[in-house]
Amino acid sequence: MDAPIDAPIDAKIEQTAIGMLQLSGSWTVCQLGSVVRQLDLLFRLPPPRLQLDGKKITKIDSITVWVLQARLKKLQEDGTQINMLDWPPEYQRILASLPPRSQQVVQSPRRAGIVETIGKVSVVAWANNLALLSFIGETAVAFMDVLRHPGHARVRSVLHDLQINGVNALPIVGVTSFLLGIVIAYQGADQLRHYGANIFVVELVGYAMLREFAPLITAIIVAGRSGSAYAAQIGTMLVTEEIDALKTIGIKPIDLLVLPKLIALMVALPLLTLFADLLGVLGGIWMANSRLQVSPHEFIARFGTEIPLKTLLIGLGKSWIFAIVIVLISCYQGFRTKANADSVGQQTTRSVVQSIFIVIVLDAGFSIVFNLLDL
Amino acid sequence: MRSENATTDTINDDYVIQMKHICTRFGDKVVHDSVDLQVRRGDIFAIVGGSGSGKSTLLREMILLHKPDSGSVNILGTELADLDDTQANELRQRCGVMFQKGGLFGTLTVSENIGLPLREHSDLDDATINQIALWKLEQTGLHPESATLYPAELSGGMLKRAAMARALVLDPELLFLDEPTAGLDPTSADGIDALILQLHAVYRPTIVMITHDLDLLWQVTQHVAVLGGGKVIASGSMAELSQLPNPIIREYFDGARGRAAQLQAAHLSHSRTNVAHDTKVDAWKPK
Repeated sequence: MDAPIDAPIDAKIEQTAIGMLQLSGSWTVCQLGSVVRQLDLLFRLPPPRLQLDGKKITKIDSITVWVLQARLKKLQEDGTQINMLDWPPEYQRILASLPPRSQQVVQSPRRAGIVETIGKVSVVAWANNLALLSFIGETAVAFMDVLRHPGHARVRSVLHDLQINGVNALPIVGVTSFLLGIVIAYQGADQLRHYGANIFVVELVGYAMLREFAPLITAIIVAGRSGSAYAAQIGTMLVTEEIDALKTIGIKPIDLLVLPKLIALMVALPLLTLFADLLGVLGGIWMANSRLQVSPHEFIARFGTEIPLKTLLIGLGKSWIFAIVIVLISCYQGFRTKANADSVGQQTTRSVVQSIFIVIVLDAGFSIVFNLLDL
Repeated sequence: MRSENATTDTINDDYVIQMKHICTRFGDKVVHDSVDLQVRRGDIFAIVGGSGSGKSTLLREMILLHKPDSGSVNILGTELADLDDTQANELRQRCGVMFQKGGLFGTLTVSENIGLPLREHSDLDDATINQIALWKLEQTGLHPESATLYPAELSGGMLKRAAMARALVLDPELLFLDEPTAGLDPTSADGIDALILQLHAVYRPTIVMITHDLDLLWQVTQHVAVLGGGKVIASGSMAELSQLPNPIIREYFDGARGRAAQLQAAHLSHSRTNVAHDTKVDAWKPK
């Protein structure tokens, strides 16, 4: 292999006599910092006459010329006579291309005070809320339109979404809730055994899974799994101008991108929750059999008499609401993406965090309301 | 050392890029079937060819983004095949690349984009770097006000100029331009033509570009290589190429656009091209 034709030689300054500086080596921007600091030290007490010898400079680039020139000019203004000896022709050429005066740095905008910051943040937050509200409104109008004219529904998209966000989520939802059922029964087992109340494991597992855990864990998994995908898809389409293309073709982006997802998840999430209920209770039955000597037969018989149907329905109803929340928030965040790659990532994160947060807040709210209503 | 320039000029084989027997395949598709290419120091060199002729791949092979399946690439006297990381980085600092869509980072402002190579490779302080960025910005014909804008807020022509400023910030010996005028209106494209000539006159880099723009080819380039069928089918100045009988090349020159560009180039050649080409100054060359 050939050696590189011009391995860079370090830039150097030597003081050969008083007021005589010899510059040598490759004066390029990559090595500039240290020699410039050395130069500044030498220039601190400038002699009345200064001779700069550039004979041994092997390479000089424009930034070096620019930096040197600024310093020499300042010296000249302070009354030093400068003599440039034997500088490379590149120096002259670049010098001729320099702007006549060094420009002012654009002032960085002044920092905002605390009141101004609070004000700005509130205005932005208020605008965001209005935008979210208007997005929900638009989606609702589009949804009503589909209800009135079912022929307009994009059945193919809905079925595709059902497959991706419903059927394909079955394994992860199933395993998670099965383990959750086991954990609940296992944790309850010790306490119940103390009082000889083994059979109450049925109520424990039944109420906990059907009312709370199955809807919640399913919603959280789907928010992470599908919500992020919604936001990323819409965000990327915005960046690549596909959303604009849809608008110009005359398709409302909400009709094509939000409604099918909404309809599909409103169907899929309750069904997934039902599946989670089933697997969770199965986990409970298994644990009850092995740790509490409650046979599956006993468990199921008591389950039938003690757990009312409304428990199941409340859970499924909640998950239906969660589905709407997840789709609306994720798609809304997707549509707020700005035209750069970073923004897609940010909005995706935001969609997942916000939908999980709101799902949990809503769940807490439901508990209070149902308690007041004595359900 | 300077006296040696005369000798290198007379030998005239001071090549900064030498590609020999380059073969590239993507799956079953053969893109390059033994391509040979040489670029002389200080030239403005263009690679042309129909879409799918492997121009971009060839460029990517020159800037260490893609390895050819066989053949040797020699850039600035360095063989690319057996290059370690340090050598590759040294080489990269001597090359500037302007990508077709700019390749500016969307989360940084224009001046931060231009200052990025400096922040990475030099130990200058921030204030100096910001001033240098402003100066480079002005040199490429952009307003100082655009320094604080983000790439998404720039027009097509401004984007190319900002990308050019970033590519030039380390004074590269080799400047690669991928479609410098693609997607621009004629006025902006003319502006880019003039900018390339002006920057070449000041910094004397070797410029390698891919382009379809016939005006750019006629008015700016000194040497053009035509890719077709996985090979370099012709290479020479535009005037030389326009005399060749090869059908692929004829198609290029005999279209309505080709003739118009040639005519316009003839008109302009007195006023503009002379400025940069005819003054014989040494190409940028470290000693």
